[in-house]
Amino acid sequence: MGDAIVVTSGKGGVGKTTTSANIGTALALQDRKVCMVDTDIGLRNLDVIMGLENRIIYDLVDVAHGRCRLAQALVKDKRMEDKLYMLPAAQTKDKHDVTPEQVRDIVLELKKEFDYVIIDCPAGIEQGFRNAVSGADRAIVVTTPENAAVRDADRVIGLLEQDGIAAKLLINRIRPNLVKNGDMLEIDEICQVLAIDLLGIVPDDERVIKAANSGEPTVLDPSSRAAIAYRNIARRILGDMVPLMTLEDKPGMLRRFRKFLGIG
Amino acid sequence: MTEKQHITIKGVKEGLLFLLDDACEFDELLRELKYKLEKSHHQVLTGPLIHIHIRLGKRTISEEQTAQLRAIIRERGNLLVQSIEAEQLETACAAQEQPGLRIISGVVRSGQTLRHDGHLLLTGDVNPGGTISCSGDIYVLGALRGVAHAGDEGGELAIIAAALMRPTQLRIGDVISRPSDEWVSEDAAMEFAYLSDGRMQVDKISQLHRMRKEPIVFKGV
Repeated sequence: MGDAIVVTSGKGGVGKTTTSANIGTALALQDRKVCMVDTDIGLRNLDVIMGLENRIIYDLVDVAHGRCRLAQALVKDKRMEDKLYMLPAAQTKDKHDVTPEQVRDIVLELKKEFDYVIIDCPAGIEQGFRNAVSGADRAIVVTTPENAAVRDADRVIGLLEQDGIAAKLLINRIRPNLVKNGDMLEIDEICQVLAIDLLGIVPDDERVIKAANSGEPTVLDPSSRAAIAYRNIARRILGDMVPLMTLEDKPGMLRRFRKFLGIG
Repeated sequence: MTEKQHITIKGVKEGLLFLLDDACEFDELLRELKYKLEKSHHQVLTGPLIHIHIRLGKRTISEEQTAQLRAIIRERGNLLVQSIEAEQLETACAAQEQPGLRIISGVVRSGQTLRHDGHLLLTGDVNPGGTISCSGDIYVLGALRGVAHAGDEGGELAIIAAALMRPTQLRIGDVISRPSDEWVSEDAAMEFAYLSDGRMQVDKISQLHRMRKEPIVFKGV
C-alpha cells in the first residue's frame, strides 16, 4: 500500500504544481513508483509543466464517471522508464463534477499499485480542496515568504488538522539576499507562526520558470539550485538522513545551500 | 388570592415598605400588587399621604417595568413612591465571578475562533486571522498575533494577557483598539491589556496586582 501526499497551499501561485511535478519526479529518480494526480479540474497545469499535455486521452472526471478504466487514463512519463505516471484533470469540466468520495476511491486504487501518489491541489479551500484532500494520508503545505501566503497556509493547516491529516511545510521561492536585508519574511519567523515541521526550503531560481515552460521538471537538471532542494525534499520524504532541520537550524540550512553552491 | 404571597407590606418609620418576591414572574407581582391595593388592603391604604419604599430583592427590572410599578401605585392618589431599590451591588459582584478557568492547548489558526464562557488560558499561539474570545479574562501562554476579545458580554474589568503581545486587534467589552495606534508593546516581558477610563492600556504583567488589589497570603517565613 502506497502513501498519498497532497500538495496544497490555499493561496494560488506559490508553486503547488511545480512542487508536485518536481517532488513526483524526484521520487521517481529515487526508484520509487509514483503517480501524480492533478485535481485542479478546469484549470489543469500539471500536464503542461510535465510536458505531457499532448498525450492525454482520458482524465480524472472520465475515471470518476466510469467512462474509462483508471489504467487507461494514466499518462506514462517515458523519461522515467516505468516509474512515473500522471492522472490528468479535465479541462472542460469544473470542480463540482467529481465528489470527494470519487477522488478518494481513485486514490485508494492508485495506492495499491504505486509507492507514492502525489495529489496536486487547486488553490482555494472550497470543493476542489475537499476533493484533493479526501484521499490523502499526509500533506505538504507550500508557502512563499510573503504574509498573504503564510496567512493562507495557516488557514489550510487548520483545515487539514480538522481532517486529521498531518502537514509538513515547504517554503518556496526564497531569495536569500532579500531575506538578509529584512525585505522578505525569515524562515524562522514563518515556522514560528505556522508551528509545523519544515520539510524543506526551495530557493527562487529562474531555471524553474524556463523548465516549466519547456515541459521539463527542474529536478532533472542537477546544476540548478532548486533541483537540489527538491531532491533533498524527496529524500526526506523517503526517510533519508538529510538532516531535517529543527526550527533553529534553518539559517544553517541556507548557509549549507550557499556553501554548496560556492557563494556563501 | 393566590396561595403564596409574593408581596409583603411592612410599616416602617418612613412609611410603608413593599417587599417584592424576586423569584416569581414579574407579571405575577403586578397582578398581586393591583389586587392588594384595590381589594384586600384597600382599607389600610386609604387616608393621608403615605411614602412607599419598594424593595425588589435580587430582581433587576427594566425602566419600562419600573414605570408599570409606579403607575399601579400612583392610581391610589395618596401613595407616593419614594424609592425602588434592588440589591444591585450583590448582583453585580456575582456576575463578575466567572465560573472557573478553562485551560486549552493548541494553535488558533487563521479562520478559527475559540470561544469560552468564563476565563480562558491558552497554551499555544493565536495566529493572524484567528480569534479568541471569552466572557472573562484571556491569558495566552504563547504569541497573540490575532484578535482577542475579553469580557465579550460586557465585562469592562476583563484583561488580556499574552506572553508575546503582537495582536492585530484587542477588544475588551465594547472597546476596540489596534496596536501602535493607541499603545505600544514593550517587548520585554509578558504583558496584559486592560481598560482604564474606557481606553485600552498595556502594561507589564507584574503591574496587574495594582489593578486587582487581591490580597495574597504568603506562607512560611
